[in-house]
Amino acid sequence: MQDLTFETLIAVFEEIFGFWLFWAMVAVAVIVTLLYIYVLIRDRAVSWSKFLWAQLSMPFGAIAAVLFVQTMTNSSFADIGGPIDVFVLLGVAVAGAIGLAILVYTLESLVWPKTEEDLDEY
Amino acid sequence: MPVYGGKELEMKTSRRQFFGLAVGAAALTGLQVAPARAAKVKTRAKIVILGAGAAGTAMANRLDERLDGAEITLIDGRKQHWYQPGFTLIAAGLKPADYSVTQTPDWLPRSARLVPEYAAEIDPVGKKVITAGGASVEYDYLIVALGLKLDWDAIEGFSLDMVGKDGIGAVYAGPEYAAKTWAAMDTFTDEGGEGLFYRPATEMKCAGAPLKYTFITDDYARKKDTRDKMNITYAAHSKSFFGVPIVNEKVRMLFEDRGFETTFDHVLKAIDPGKKLATFSTPEGDTELPYDFTNVIPPQVAPDVIRNSDLPWHEGKWAAQGWLEVDKYNLQHVRYPEIFSVGDISGVPKGKTAASVKWQVPVVEDHLVAAIEGKEGTKLYNGYTSCPLITRIGRAMLIEFDYNNNLVPSFPGIVAPLEELWISWLMKEVALKATYNAMLRGKA
Repeated sequence: MQDLTFETLIAVFEEIFGFWLFWAMVAVAVIVTLLYIYVLIRDRAVSWSKFLWAQLSMPFGAIAAVLFVQTMTNSSFADIGGPIDVFVLLGVAVAGAIGLAILVYTLESLVWPKTEEDLDEY
Repeated sequence: MPVYGGKELEMKTSRRQFFGLAVGAAALTGLQVAPARAAKVKTRAKIVILGAGAAGTAMANRLDERLDGAEITLIDGRKQHWYQPGFTLIAAGLKPADYSVTQTPDWLPRSARLVPEYAAEIDPVGKKVITAGGASVEYDYLIVALGLKLDWDAIEGFSLDMVGKDGIGAVYAGPEYAAKTWAAMDTFTDEGGEGLFYRPATEMKCAGAPLKYTFITDDYARKKDTRDKMNITYAAHSKSFFGVPIVNEKVRMLFEDRGFETTFDHVLKAIDPGKKLATFSTPEGDTELPYDFTNVIPPQVAPDVIRNSDLPWHEGKWAAQGWLEVDKYNLQHVRYPEIFSVGDISGVPKGKTAASVKWQVPVVEDHLVAAIEGKEGTKLYNGYTSCPLITRIGRAMLIEFDYNNNLVPSFPGIVAPLEELWISWLMKEVALKATYNAMLRGKA
């Protein structure tokens, strides 16, 4: 890889997914992140009950992300050939887990803004 | 119901942690910010690019970025642009034939003019190119990016209409032929028999491709549980499987591991589709090997228009094959300094891959723009070549090397070049075409 600049990386991702799909996904990721920040600021606290559900969803996010990557790339667990492959696999799993957790937490907070327990605190 | 004993805990630090993580992630990626582009150089130079494949297209886009007012003309009669690194994936049944096909004009900068004809004659003294239609195109600078010619006629008894039938494949011939090769290989790995693989003795593009296809055929047979119904033979053209010694040794080990039969100094000269026999010339005379499936790879030479011109090497090992006589470090023609070469056509020791093009284009751009400004260019091409050597579906070795046969890994200490890795396969399958396309647009 020669001169891996941020611009190059963006160009490569645009080519992988197509211009519109890539930027649509970036937009979705940004919107979900902003909504997540919004609910954190709005609620001024992390709701543990919502966070529990988010945590419970994490293994599903991890598994889904790994299976998605393997399906898209004609590969399987048997193709893990060295330490870097294990890191990549874990990275994909962690990304899937965190992504789904944030999504679940944000959706919960938006759909059920305040539970009775939350209100009890104030 | 409340969760932790009816008490919700507050995480006051959560926001700070969140932002901290985001900054950390950005730092971890370690990306450089793109350097500011230099101001465009004003010029009225007439630049002709012969060939609008990977090298010609990337070159046109880079020059369009760097020059203001230059007259850039590309000459190429083929309407389709072929993403050639995809041929192996097509021939492995993983991608359809159209995976590699786009339209040439779609990649070119608006300012460039495409002459949709083949070049018929090059006059380096009069500084002009005559097209097949008889038009004369004059130039101040000429970039030869014509690629190479697959000399199918040099294989006696073979013609391209045989591909896909009776166990004959030809991955190099084009996207449709690669798809037909997959059909033949799919049948072979169902039925078994003799699988026969080799490479030509000439310079060739992506010398790893013949090895990849041997590995892939073996992998399919293993996955279909038919490996014990076949022999797989690799007949090397010289005394080694691969020109880079350290890679050759690794390939030797892998071939042994996969149970391939091997033989050396075999160069294909003829096939007999009726008897399913391939004839090879060897130091001991002609010899025949049987096949039920074979991937025909012909000798590879410079296109006729170059061989009929004064541009190739006049003597030495490349004179007969017709490669352009250029300096191996700056790719400038040795006798005609206003001519440069990029890509397969270059008469240099290595570098007949798209990855090499990616490294060569900035070098030629540097020297060409410097010449326009009356300066000397400084960038040098070190022979960089890259080959994601697929060893089975799902694994590859990311092999990168230079003129000196040194391994030059892009990710030293992270992606081991001589290990069969999933990440190297991911790069081949997902990132390579994207990187290639970015290169075509002059952005990588």
